[in-house]
Amino acid sequence: MKILALDSSGLVASVAIAEDDKLISEYTVQYKKTHSQTLLPMLDEVSKMIELEIESIDLIAIAKGPGSFTGLRIGAATAKGLAFATKKPIIGIPTIEGLAYQLYGATQIICPIMDARRGQVYTGLYQFQPEKNEEHEQFRFMLKEIKEQCTLQIEEIIEEINQANKSVMFTGDGIPVFESRIAELIRVPYSFAPLHRNRQSAAAVAALAFEYYKEGKITKSSEFHPEYLRLSQAERERKEKLSQNADR
Amino acid sequence: MKKAIGRFLAGRLQTKKYMNKKKIDSLENAEDMKKDLLILGIETSCDETAAAVVCGGRTVLSNVIYSQIDLHTLYGGVVPEIASRKHIEKIDQVIEQALKEADKKLEEIDAIAVTYGPGLVGALLVGVSAAKAISYAAKIPLVGVHHIEGHISANFIENPDLEPPFLCLVVSGGHSHLVFVKAYGEYEILGRTRDDAAGEAYDKVARAIGLGYPGGPKIDKIAKEGNPEAIHFPRAKVENSNFDFSFSGLKSSVLNYLNGMKMKEEPVHIPDVAASFQKAVVDVLVDHSMAALKEYHINKFAIAGGVASNSAIREAFVQACKKSEIEFYYPSPVYCTDNAAMIAVAGYYDFKKGMTSGLDLNAVANLKLGER
Repeated sequence: MKILALDSSGLVASVAIAEDDKLISEYTVQYKKTHSQTLLPMLDEVSKMIELEIESIDLIAIAKGPGSFTGLRIGAATAKGLAFATKKPIIGIPTIEGLAYQLYGATQIICPIMDARRGQVYTGLYQFQPEKNEEHEQFRFMLKEIKEQCTLQIEEIIEEINQANKSVMFTGDGIPVFESRIAELIRVPYSFAPLHRNRQSAAAVAALAFEYYKEGKITKSSEFHPEYLRLSQAERERKEKLSQNADR
Repeated sequence: MKKAIGRFLAGRLQTKKYMNKKKIDSLENAEDMKKDLLILGIETSCDETAAAVVCGGRTVLSNVIYSQIDLHTLYGGVVPEIASRKHIEKIDQVIEQALKEADKKLEEIDAIAVTYGPGLVGALLVGVSAAKAISYAAKIPLVGVHHIEGHISANFIENPDLEPPFLCLVVSGGHSHLVFVKAYGEYEILGRTRDDAAGEAYDKVARAIGLGYPGGPKIDKIAKEGNPEAIHFPRAKVENSNFDFSFSGLKSSVLNYLNGMKMKEEPVHIPDVAASFQKAVVDVLVDHSMAALKEYHINKFAIAGGVASNSAIREAFVQACKKSEIEFYYPSPVYCTDNAAMIAVAGYYDFKKGMTSGLDLNAVANLKLGER
């Protein structure tokens, strides 16, 4: 089982190819160039390096959102194009879950935060639960979703963490933006994920995709679309206007 | 053919200039590349998600257009984010449909032509990203196409005898260009709008007289019941240029007229306003085009773009061209609106010239015609 994974939901452009429990390649760039100029050239470069026959891919995994609207669409259009040409299905991985999964085995609550502008974050709450194998001593950590990915004011998610009253680890590009706000408001022990674990990673998307595949969560590529977790500005304003009119 | 593609792929990420040269060499060596090339066109520059398959640069095998107009009507114009969101839902369905209707498999396609500008950048990126991914995965050469070049090329579809040189007036919601088509893929812009595009002026006036969006077809329809001589709106001349357009003055003049009537509490006859406004637009378009044809000694003239399906504009050009013994060409309405067949046609001529794009092709919102 070979998976090609992409993540262009945020500042990072990331491409990974994984086969069963082996990561054949991961290429991640966090630089000023636009994803539209980097993502496919990166895949092309990696493919050459690992002599990848695109036909050998079994499915395409993609961070489906939330994230930058344009970034999500560059990723989604690329995934759809690849899936269309190779006639392979797509697995859409929630971006926030992809971030959380990188902290595999952490004992704290995991809180990914992505800067969603306007004081908001795309976020969620997760916890790894050890599951003991019946026959021997091996543990497996299952990612349990405490709060599904959503859009919240930074204060709201901090309040939820305070309520839970457990120590927490933050990850994601929201950290540099909201670091001081977190310090100000939080009342539980907290830490930040280190640099090799604090941004999106296509390898994590690939790893989760294997789990999703086992659960049968695959999508026909023509039915796949990004999950923005936010309406467009025009739709928001129209909705507000309509509800104001209804109030009158 | 296979060899040519292999060589092309080997060099695809090198500089474009080098690639082009190499490509030309291989093209000249490959006899079968000269005829019946199958081009898959993709267009997502504004609010139509479109894909088409065109054979030999002139024969349209399929032309699928998913129009989002109903979505945007709610907002009185195209909302870029909503357009982009719809494009991503529809893009692969439209491509699949285009291949199916053409009864072709992806493997049979010789090149993929995609609009990479000008247009809404978020919308363009959907088509560009999908095209690049298909090009990469199916190992099919990619050609980035200029949207206006596409509109101009729409004229080749139904007019097998039309070949450059000719003059083309491109009028749409976003563009008003008078273009001298010197040869396939060689353009000189003789005139452009200094402010609003013709289609924009239509939309704004339509809104002002309560017709709503999209303005072009609505004004065209109601103008048929009005008197084009009822109100005299100005025909704007642009200083230091014989061929440039300006429509914002005309739009203001219509708005002033409406305000004036309101102040005087006199009734406004909407069909007359529409007809008179339309006449002012048409007069300027015809005058400029005829003057350019004369000055450049061109005897073939074509129109293109969404506004080119406007009946008053067509009729005026039929008359004017007849009078000046100019051969007049215009596409059917389906090829005037944004469509991918025209992109495939433009891509065909670019590809035949050896022009291809790399996987780093980006969307360029304000791409200039003739620039690469």
